[in-house]
Amino acid sequence: MSTELLQPLIYDIGSPGRLGVNLPECDVPKVELPAALMREELALPEVGEVQVVRHFVKLSKLNYSIDQGMYPLGSCTMKYNPKINEDAARLPGFAQLHPLTDESGSQGALFLMHELQKWLGEISGFPAVSLTPAAGAQGEFAGILMIRQYHIDRGEGQRDLILVPNSAHGTNPATVTMAGMDVLELPSNDQGNVDMDALHAACEGELRDRIAGMMITVPSTLGLFESTILEVIATVHDAGGLMYMDGANMNALMAAVKPGALGFDVMHYNLHKTFSTPHGGGGPGSGAVGVNEKLAPYLPGPIVEMVEEQPPRTPSPGPVPPSVPPLDGGRNSSELGKGSSKSPLSSLGGDLGGGGVGVRDAEPPLYGFVMPEKSIGRLKAFHGNFGMHLRAYAYIRVYGDSGIRDVTRYAVLNANYLRAKLMATYTVPYPRYCGHEFVLEGHFADAEDVHALDISKRLMDYGFHPPTNYFPLIVPEALLIEPTETETKAELDEFVAAMEKIAEEARRDPELLRQAPHTAPVRRLDEVRAAKELVLCCAPALPH
Amino acid sequence: MGDWKTPANLRYAETDEWFAVDGDVVTIGITDYAQDQLNDIVYVEFRDAGDDVDAGDSFGEVESVKAASELYSAVAGEIIEVNSALEDSPETLNADPFGAGWMVKVRASDLAPLAGLMDASGYDAYCDSR
Repeated sequence: MSTELLQPLIYDIGSPGRLGVNLPECDVPKVELPAALMREELALPEVGEVQVVRHFVKLSKLNYSIDQGMYPLGSCTMKYNPKINEDAARLPGFAQLHPLTDESGSQGALFLMHELQKWLGEISGFPAVSLTPAAGAQGEFAGILMIRQYHIDRGEGQRDLILVPNSAHGTNPATVTMAGMDVLELPSNDQGNVDMDALHAACEGELRDRIAGMMITVPSTLGLFESTILEVIATVHDAGGLMYMDGANMNALMAAVKPGALGFDVMHYNLHKTFSTPHGGGGPGSGAVGVNEKLAPYLPGPIVEMVEEQPPRTPSPGPVPPSVPPLDGGRNSSELGKGSSKSPLSSLGGDLGGGGVGVRDAEPPLYGFVMPEKSIGRLKAFHGNFGMHLRAYAYIRVYGDSGIRDVTRYAVLNANYLRAKLMATYTVPYPRYCGHEFVLEGHFADAEDVHALDISKRLMDYGFHPPTNYFPLIVPEALLIEPTETETKAELDEFVAAMEKIAEEARRDPELLRQAPHTAPVRRLDEVRAAKELVLCCAPALPH
Repeated sequence: MGDWKTPANLRYAETDEWFAVDGDVVTIGITDYAQDQLNDIVYVEFRDAGDDVDAGDSFGEVESVKAASELYSAVAGEIIEVNSALEDSPETLNADPFGAGWMVKVRASDLAPLAGLMDASGYDAYCDSR
């Protein structure tokens, strides 16, 4: 295999003494670092600004991103990230805010976090939300630790089993294990739902008193709404367990179904999926958790609360704080609100009309960080990935309640359109309406040597990012396809045309697929070698 | 039916392990169908020789470029030998699942559970139906 690099490392394109920036004179007293922390040699690339720019532009051209084309990576919700999110994140008042700034100096950021907690709670039907988990898996971990502590506090510490359907994300059983509990796996039935007989057997048999709860994704990883979810929840609750919803697929539910109203006790959100914060390439993610009253005291902290009510406003000759328009920007209120005067997300921005959050001189902070009474503790330094809170806030704020509902409607419509179009060419193992994603079987009876992986690789030649393959595990040669709401009909039709062409190629010239991709910067990667011959190059840790 | 091999002298579990009996020692591995479904196997891990397993317990796991799977013993007993060569060359499982790809030997306390497993034709029919 060739070891030639497509682009040299940045360390190899500089020369000694070359600079990219001229640092200003130091304007604070210099302090000598302790000798133990000083290194004689520190290999840093010595390059000019234009070299840095060209280096990274060249690398970016080797990459594929959502800004370039459709990215139907099922279960990941690789939706377009609106650029206004980035504008918001670069506002100097946020971008230059130090995480250790005291509360009186960071009221704007705290207000934003408080609003986001409230909006996420409104979207999911939960009264309390913590934004601190770093990403989805940590949100899951928080949820299961809360469930565990809840049972311990009730004198039921023997409850150590979490039910997990066999269609679950791999993180679910991993989370259970990390939390020191055990997984009880449940089969799925031929409709892709949880097998209710197996669930009843588990919840009503000899293990009943050990059931701590259940983790389930709605819609499931097959993209299917669990049509028996109310019975699932009632069965687990009857056994004394709590219900955890994996919110990875929330893009199919927003403003349509509230997990809290279904009876879930806790869920996590993936702000980097549903709420359009950057995903992949380092993100970072953000995995807020929402809970009902039972678990609210256990939330990971700190959370933001209004620590002192705003005093009644008295007429003042000073400048009037700017008033903030309602969230929906004055557009028509949601049709879902017909019959009642309140739209489903009407509390979004509900108390924004009062005139903003100005902190006046000599008044105590209005918002502050609070550790919930029986908190499972901290999961993350400072306050979670605040830059992601900011982007998710901008996203919700821009869309408003009717826009958020449209996100879900178009995500579901797009997925069903693709599913219906592709059913003629590919096997769809569960031929029913799907949520925001659906599964195909990536193989053909009359082209035995062609596998899902070959179809995925060939899609790259047609300019599409491959879908998720070989997940969920319960579908042979699975291709999990999630177009997201932002693709137009024209884009979707192009994807269908490529998939149909590939199905035809599979019969006519299977080798073309097996050798794909042909047009990517590198050809087929050797996955076996990559998994077996790890090349790890970590520098030894410095002594503490 | 597909083109996988299913030796007639073995017993088969729904979780795709095969079981060969010699006296009270049961040798366990995974089937040709299983290795084909898993694709290239890149990692295996077994419990230690000397450990006891219960019927239905996991005795290890196998990981491929596609998926990771638990391995289950249908019989209870003591693990008396482990094929540790597989840990360095897991690809043997793809090449020879019924021979050099054997995984563990268990001294079974009771062979009765094997009677409840499938024979070769039953397993073939089971795989065809999947």
